[in-house]
Amino acid sequence: MAIQTSINGKPVALAAEPDTPLLWVIREELGLTGTKFGCGIAACGACTVHVNGEPTRSCSLPVSEVAGKSITTIEGLKSADGTLHAVQKAWISAQVPQCGYCQSGQIMAAVALIEKTGSPSDAQIDEAMTNICRCGTYPRIRKAIHAATGQAAKAAKPAEGAA
Amino acid sequence: MADNPTAEMQPAAPAKRKGVKRRAFLIGGVAVVGAGLFGISIADSNAAKSAKARLESDGGHSFATWLKIGEDDSITIYSPHTDIGQGSNTGLAQMLAEELDAAWDQVRVVSAPAEPAFANVGLGRAFLADMTGQPAIINGIPQSFLSFIARQMNLQMTGGSTALRFTGRVTFQNVGAATRLALVETAAKRLDVPADELTTQDSHVIHAKSGRALRYGELAAEAATLSLDNAPKLKDPSQYRIMRQSMQRLDIPAKVDGSAQYGIDFSVPDMRVATIMAAPVRGGKLTSVDTAPALAVKGVEKVIKLDDAVAVVAKGYWPAISGLRALTPEFADGGNGGISTASIFKAQGDLMAKGDADSTAGDGDVQAGLGAKPIEAKYQVPFLHHAMMEPFALTAHFKDGKLNIWGGMQDPLASKMMAVDVSGLDADDVTFHPMMIGGSFGRRLPMYMEIVGQVTKLAMQLPYPVKLIWSREEEIVQGAYRPQSSAALKASLTKEKRITAYRNDYAQPESAESETVFPYALPAVSRRHFAHVSNQQTGAWRSVNSTQQGFYNESFMDELAHAAGEDPVVFRRNHLKAGSRHLRVLDEVAARSGWGSPLPAGRGRGVALVESFRTIVAHVIEASVGDDGMPKVHKVTTVVDAGSIVNPDAAMAQIEGGTIMGLSSAIGEAITLENGAVQQSNLADYTLLKMAGAPLVMDIHFLNSGADMGGIGEPGVPPAAPALANALFAATGKRVRNLPILTQAKA
Repeated sequence: MAIQTSINGKPVALAAEPDTPLLWVIREELGLTGTKFGCGIAACGACTVHVNGEPTRSCSLPVSEVAGKSITTIEGLKSADGTLHAVQKAWISAQVPQCGYCQSGQIMAAVALIEKTGSPSDAQIDEAMTNICRCGTYPRIRKAIHAATGQAAKAAKPAEGAA
Repeated sequence: MADNPTAEMQPAAPAKRKGVKRRAFLIGGVAVVGAGLFGISIADSNAAKSAKARLESDGGHSFATWLKIGEDDSITIYSPHTDIGQGSNTGLAQMLAEELDAAWDQVRVVSAPAEPAFANVGLGRAFLADMTGQPAIINGIPQSFLSFIARQMNLQMTGGSTALRFTGRVTFQNVGAATRLALVETAAKRLDVPADELTTQDSHVIHAKSGRALRYGELAAEAATLSLDNAPKLKDPSQYRIMRQSMQRLDIPAKVDGSAQYGIDFSVPDMRVATIMAAPVRGGKLTSVDTAPALAVKGVEKVIKLDDAVAVVAKGYWPAISGLRALTPEFADGGNGGISTASIFKAQGDLMAKGDADSTAGDGDVQAGLGAKPIEAKYQVPFLHHAMMEPFALTAHFKDGKLNIWGGMQDPLASKMMAVDVSGLDADDVTFHPMMIGGSFGRRLPMYMEIVGQVTKLAMQLPYPVKLIWSREEEIVQGAYRPQSSAALKASLTKEKRITAYRNDYAQPESAESETVFPYALPAVSRRHFAHVSNQQTGAWRSVNSTQQGFYNESFMDELAHAAGEDPVVFRRNHLKAGSRHLRVLDEVAARSGWGSPLPAGRGRGVALVESFRTIVAHVIEASVGDDGMPKVHKVTTVVDAGSIVNPDAAMAQIEGGTIMGLSSAIGEAITLENGAVQQSNLADYTLLKMAGAPLVMDIHFLNSGADMGGIGEPGVPPAAPALANALFAATGKRVRNLPILTQAKA
């Protein structure tokens, strides 16, 4: 029996086996590949999406549990006219991504944090942003979260004296 | 294979120093190619023609393989490197566009096709000029490819921090400058004016006298028929408008909205997904497996047995991994079942105690200088996993005698040749389609990419395309780790607090000599390598041997400073050559970090200075130990001399990331063995640094001494671990000699 849910504002009926993790339904059945597979045990956060607004590690959530719920993926963050979300814009301004693979999950976690706290403090960022970035973009993620919420950069200093 | 390139590849020049031999095939290759400055050997005009035809098939006009100018003024640059997120493609584009005087907003970069015509001659040529380097990187090239290089000098490798300083400097700046001259020559003819009355700017050739200007796009067709000058004059840096600017990276927009397509994201109709488990004790073979439990899982279509692995092919990843987990395959241990972390350390210690070194480097009479009572310290570091965030994933399809493979690699061309080897097909029948890579750090060099062989074997026996994805569990236990390594250091001091002799004995699979730059001027220095090989595959891990050697030497220098009763910065300064770049970096980091100024209670400062890949980096770290016994890094001050920088902000990002990767490994990372198998299983027990553990303050400065351009992706890593260990000693009086620190915090 199909599982009824909503992805990025559109209702969908999912054919996947009920024990299939939401991640693989998003990637393989819906073809939305912005949400990434990193570890499969909810340790790294590369698969983070919003389920009813809550940041959720989709690799460890059986699709049966999202019946009737509303899911947002990285592809659903832009507004209808294609304008980037303020957090996405901040990510570009701060030149956050390196390899970029974890960044969909980082952005989804950051958006949820900002929606919850308004202007998160460094301590709140440390507590909420537990996604792994092997490239080590943490100082820029912090800077982008502050910038997206109108706070002055507190973390890494800007480039200087390099010419 | 690395130690003995085949006989047909005789070096063109005699090897003058130890460690050069392993690169001999490159020297031979350069000799073969000779004047092939612009990417294609002049002798290989067929390859040049086919490359030109291929690039021009969708319009535009090709210059020297690497560049295409469209009649609409679009500028496409074909990069032979894989941008793994280090920004190298943006940097390469800046270098070419600068010399071309291109309009930056018209420039885009795409991956060069994995074909011999797009092999990277610039990289090979620069290895010739740069005799200290990265043989461990070169090791990652398959045997069949070595002879291929010898014949045709083909290389598409990304690694060793080479993209900008070799490819960029040697090839791309010259291509840009030579193409600009061809455009000017064409414009001079068309406007009927002398070429020296023309200037170029923003993709236009301008004749100021008559107020006329021609677009590059309208000149391209004719200019592309001209021979390019193979020694064009390059700009003086004072004229730069695009280089040395923090241009926004071209790859970033697609990485914030989910549209970037990595290898794992590739999909074609009818594709199946497979996952695999290889022998948990490396070196073992598959002995038996009952396939029924996997085939009982809904969606599983096939179980395929390979020599040392079992793979499950299914309609999707979830049934594939569920099917694999349902299996209980039996593997032999290849005689390696007795190997453990402890047994390796013991064997390494025994080798060093015996004193029969496999190779020795250094100068002076160390034995005499050490005297009867040298200061001694022993250090140990574990295997490290790359833990790139995108697990191995490749898609392959064998149909009508042709094999196509899609995915991300540090060397697409060599990966293709590996698939040629495994499939037995002709090179012309194998096509590799490079895609974006979710991190690598050395893991995706072809020699270690077992997945190329695996997916080729699967595809050759399946009637449909198959995407093979490694689970993170497979990724962790089947690594190409930084080697587990031990060291025993000895030195003696004079009453005047000067080192008389310094010995660095270390045991691991390969010599670290080519990545070790010991900056201190001492009367007698000896580095002795004791070769010890375990059953584990070891490979290049970001900055290769510079991490272990950096930790050993910079920890020991700190110990010597304390033994001498001298400040660690002063002690280092007193052993560096006056006027040296190293000294300037050290002095700068001391000044900028407030070295010597008071710190809050419980905090200590540590310094470390390491040169790697021709770039000198010093960190000063402020750290303390938390109630849980874990180190807390409060601040990192860094000074970098990479000679010159192409993109300051991208370079900054690399130093930030490298520093954090170094701290992560020092604090929490270890691959350990028991009964021949890896004990860690996923990112829950191979623990990487997260946001809360990253330094809140990173203060990074570039000196830009004007020396030859050094690497930037790797050199931030090596000084991080020793600077942290030295800071912890300053804070607590407890010396960290074994990594990771986590294991001692728990003990």
